[in-house]
Amino acid sequence: MKYYIQTFNKYLYLLFNLISRDFKIKYRRSILGILWSILNPVLMMVVITAVFLNLFKFEIDNFPIYYLTGSTIFSFFTDATTSSMTSIVGSGQIIKKVYIPKYIFPLQKCLFSFVNLFFSLIALIIMIIILKFEVTYTVILAPIPIIYILIFSLGISLILSSLTVFFRDIVHLYGVITTIWMYFTPIIYPENILSDSMLKLISLNPLYHYVGYFRDVVMYGKIPSLKVNIICICFSLITLIIGSIIFKRTQDKFVLHI
Amino acid sequence: MNDKIGDICMNSVQISNVSMHFNTNKQKMNSLKEYCIGLIKRQIDYSKFIALNDISFNIKKGSVVGIVGLNGSGKSTLLKLIAGVLKPTKGKIIVTGVIAPLIELGAGFDMELTARENIYLNGAVLGFSKKMIQSKFEDIVDFSEVREFIDVPMKNYSSGMVARIAFAIATIVNPDILIVDEILSVGDFQFQKKCEDRISEMMKNNTTVIIVSHSIEQIERLCERVVWIEKGILKMNDNTDIVCEAYKNS
Ligand SMILES: Nc1ncnc2c1ncn2[C@@H]1O[C@H](COP(=O)(O)OP(=O)(O)OP(=O)(O)O)[C@@H](O)[C@H]1O
Ligand SMILES: [Mg+2]
Repeated sequence: MKYYIQTFNKYLYLLFNLISRDFKIKYRRSILGILWSILNPVLMMVVITAVFLNLFKFEIDNFPIYYLTGSTIFSFFTDATTSSMTSIVGSGQIIKKVYIPKYIFPLQKCLFSFVNLFFSLIALIIMIIILKFEVTYTVILAPIPIIYILIFSLGISLILSSLTVFFRDIVHLYGVITTIWMYFTPIIYPENILSDSMLKLISLNPLYHYVGYFRDVVMYGKIPSLKVNIICICFSLITLIIGSIIFKRTQDKFVLHI
Repeated sequence: MNDKIGDICMNSVQISNVSMHFNTNKQKMNSLKEYCIGLIKRQIDYSKFIALNDISFNIKKGSVVGIVGLNGSGKSTLLKLIAGVLKPTKGKIIVTGVIAPLIELGAGFDMELTARENIYLNGAVLGFSKKMIQSKFEDIVDFSEVREFIDVPMKNYSSGMVARIAFAIATIVNPDILIVDEILSVGDFQFQKKCEDRISEMMKNNTTVIIVSHSIEQIERLCERVVWIEKGILKMNDNTDIVCEAYKNS
């Protein structure tokens, strides 16, 4: 254990360096880069709001905020996992030449998505101000669901990044899966249009709970119950543990397949 | 009897009965689709290639060892095993101390970034702290003689310039073990001389150096002992003049 902490400390600076490289490459190209990261979710929100409110006539109060809270959490998850997925394969050049603890790479991608999440959150805050939406003090609990989903994403990323080394085509498969996954998460539709059986099915979806938690504290002024917290923690930790086990078991073979 | 205990303390690298096998499937099986088809047809064949076969030898602390052998004989594979990049299929490798691996040029260089950024990035890849890189930054730039180009993206560098920076970064600390795989052959003679000087300096500081080179003169000049590997098998492990003589006559 002590040895693990020591090596982690040794490579902490590398982790920081890799994230800042990602940042430079993403934002140096265009001065508008950061602005775009904030604008993008807002524009999506405008489009979705226009389409859905006119076409489907859902009864949702504050639909723009409802959509934005859901999509912020969900896009963080897809961003983090999709970019992590190819992180080992993409760092093949380093892995083949020097010894580095390999979990650094999925961790790097998750944390980079985490940095980007802050820009989406700024977009959310701006919309809350523009639309004069009143938030209550429960909003200070918002970091809790974000931490939960970060851990969950890291677990999924560990699984996906190691599987991708052996089966390259799951990248395409996962693209399809996230699309389906999105429809099984109440982001653009309200929960109350779901039948009971459907709701049962959807409650097996961890993202449903994280999104719900985030909306509860940001929009509805509710403090989630202990039960909800336990459900979220279980999903996160179990995924992280499974991910770590799969990753640890397969990591020595990575170098032979990249 | 005491000799044996002394041996263990004196060795930087102990390689015992190490074998390395690679899977060489005809069609590289790296998609789920192919794997499933293979499962149904029941023909996932793993033909293996033995890159190293039952190699054992020790490297004494502070010594300079050369590894020679023809192309494809397994030299780079052996160095990667010592550096921990590969894990042996069989056998055991015990390494004592900090390794500076120079297996191939510029591990972790991102050619889109400038040399300055790459020095920090590559230093981090090698496990150095920010403070340490900062304090040695000037040394690295001086040694590699690329000061005018320090803020130019590295994609515009010549391969020799890349090699200079890579060598300068990897040798900023006095590692316990320095691994050099044909790096020296890239630079011009002036830089080769500089590198050799630095290696000699390290030897004085009790660094163990392992060199792979196709230049027998270089090996003869630098090394005390030479290991000769042929087709994955250890053919000779002896003093430089003996092995080089035999190798040249083979
Ligand atoms: N990842 C790999 N997968 C399959 N085979 C490999 C792999 N790496 C090396 N080999 C095989 O192992 C053998 C030894 O390769 P290695 O790179 O160690 O040779 P070398 O002695 O360094 O040669 P050179 O003098 O050309 O550098 C080669 O036949 C090579 O094809
Ligand atoms: Mg080689």
